[in-house]
Amino acid sequence: MLEKQAEKKEHSKLAELAIRMWKEKPLGTLGAIITLLLLIVAIFANFLAPYGMNDVHALNALEGPSAKFLLGTDNLGRDLLSRVIFGARISVIVGLMASLISTVISTFLGVVSAYIGGTFDLIFQRFVDAELSIPNLLLLMIIISMVGPGLWQVILCLGISNGIGNTRMIRSLVIGIKENMYISSAVALGAPPRKIIFQHVLPNIMAPIIILFSMTVPWMILNEAGLSFLGFGIPPPQPSWGGMLSGSARTYMLRDPWMALWPGLALSITVYAVNMLGDALRDLLDPRLRGGIGQFGGKVKKKHSLRSSSAAMEREHL
Amino acid sequence: MRAYIFRRLLLAIPTVFFVSLIIFVTIRFIPGDIVDQMVSSFQGGYGVTKIDVAGLRHELGLDVPIYLQYERWVSKIVLHGDLGNSLWKGTPVINDIKQRWSVTFELGILALLITQIIALPLGIFSALRQDTWGDYIGRSFAILCVAIPSFWLATLVIVYPSIWWGYMPPIMYIPFSVDPIGNLKMVIVPAIILGMSGAGGNMRLMRTMMLEVLRQDYIRTAWSKGLRERVVVVRHALKNALIPVVTMIGYQLPVLVGGAVIIENIFDLPGMGRLLTTATTSRDYPIVTAVVLVTSIVLVFINLLVDVSYGFLDPRIHYR
Repeated sequence: MLEKQAEKKEHSKLAELAIRMWKEKPLGTLGAIITLLLLIVAIFANFLAPYGMNDVHALNALEGPSAKFLLGTDNLGRDLLSRVIFGARISVIVGLMASLISTVISTFLGVVSAYIGGTFDLIFQRFVDAELSIPNLLLLMIIISMVGPGLWQVILCLGISNGIGNTRMIRSLVIGIKENMYISSAVALGAPPRKIIFQHVLPNIMAPIIILFSMTVPWMILNEAGLSFLGFGIPPPQPSWGGMLSGSARTYMLRDPWMALWPGLALSITVYAVNMLGDALRDLLDPRLRGGIGQFGGKVKKKHSLRSSSAAMEREHL
Repeated sequence: MRAYIFRRLLLAIPTVFFVSLIIFVTIRFIPGDIVDQMVSSFQGGYGVTKIDVAGLRHELGLDVPIYLQYERWVSKIVLHGDLGNSLWKGTPVINDIKQRWSVTFELGILALLITQIIALPLGIFSALRQDTWGDYIGRSFAILCVAIPSFWLATLVIVYPSIWWGYMPPIMYIPFSVDPIGNLKMVIVPAIILGMSGAGGNMRLMRTMMLEVLRQDYIRTAWSKGLRERVVVVRHALKNALIPVVTMIGYQLPVLVGGAVIIENIFDLPGMGRLLTTATTSRDYPIVTAVVLVTSIVLVFINLLVDVSYGFLDPRIHYR
């Protein structure tokens, strides 16, 4: 009975969020619809694509859009629409999985670094500085060269490297939370650190974590595409949007400019939509813009409060 | 202030140490190291059948354990300021960097300028018209800047003009000192593309900061004094909203360097980014480590400069 109630409550909260999105954020709603469409396309790629992703129609190579091939064909005579559809699947998998890994890592390390503090925090933050001051793409290229190209390698590399960088933000949030009276009272009452972290710290940074996740997804999709474009991402026969714009395809683009158009267009629309959704989510979840002190209450010391979280995020996600 | 700068410089030492360690170690663990590449290129190119692999390894200084290599490399830098020699060409790495840094520098400065030209007015406009269609269009444009990957935009710029108007971007690089106009013509398009990718984030930060400042009491006072909109916005609000945007430049620099890697490759500009990718694929370890080390030191210093200037711009901030 209790479980059912909780479930219902959870559901209504989500529904409430959706309704508010619909009413207050027209662009966010658009983003949500496109993101939903993308998910459907990625999941049902097998049924939606008119041809297989690597089916070769050699006689129709380098053709423009036609009734048979809606978006045209590439230099090997593969249907571009089918490849773009299967490419959505890769972007979705990379975007979600890598962001999940990144968020888990940055939350764990950020909480640990802020909570332990002292020398560990000092040294670990210098490591984060170092990671942030190496050009990201280069670091990824080197690590991918080490472990070899492939879907899971790319996901892990993107997730770990971004996760370490994002630690900075979670850390500053936790430091802000630590200043609160209720943390001192919990410590005074003899609560173990594990309990404080799980019951007092984590619930209070949940909203920024969700926002961080939603803003990491488009970053991941773009960087996977960038890596694949440079030849360090998903290896060729797999249709990654970045990969479709690179390699041998580039030599044929002047003869068949459609090849240069579709994958980039799909990529841009996707990143655009997910960004819009993330923005709207942030506005709806960020307590600052609601004018309150947040879902879980508690007065936060102004200097490190959640107020600065959205500005910090703007800076993180250039 | 002096103590703050000193402490920051002290903290920069472990950061630079970590950078050098990460890059030094990872680059050496890429399978197919330089000796393998040299062997295959000698066998392919010169028909050499027997190669003294161990001798080659020794000559390149790669036969000792990695921590010893690192120690040698660091002591050379610290004691002699010597960044080492290219393994393929045998020439000092510093020459390559001297030759190429101006290209990346020019590209970066232009891109930064273009970013601000797009971002600042748009961010201010969006903040002033919050939640109107003007704001939506401004923000959509900002997100569009983020969403369109620079490598796609660059590809379109190369492909479509040449099909429609038969235009081709120049192949040979023209140095600024030889022909400034020709050089600018070459660099401006890559710089716009690179600059646009940063404009989105900058515009959004500008908007957020402006909104935050516009809600302050002193702005309300300025309004109620009957000051004109232009005075309130430019003199009272903008000045304070701009402060965090200055910090942004520090954050944007590594992104610019990373972006330059892709853009320089597509547009064939002989800058540090191209140097890095070619050195990575040809496993020229000293070049990669030196370039990354130099970039990271420059970044650390610029970030320090930005933070210090923050103290001058905002009288409320004191560094101790």
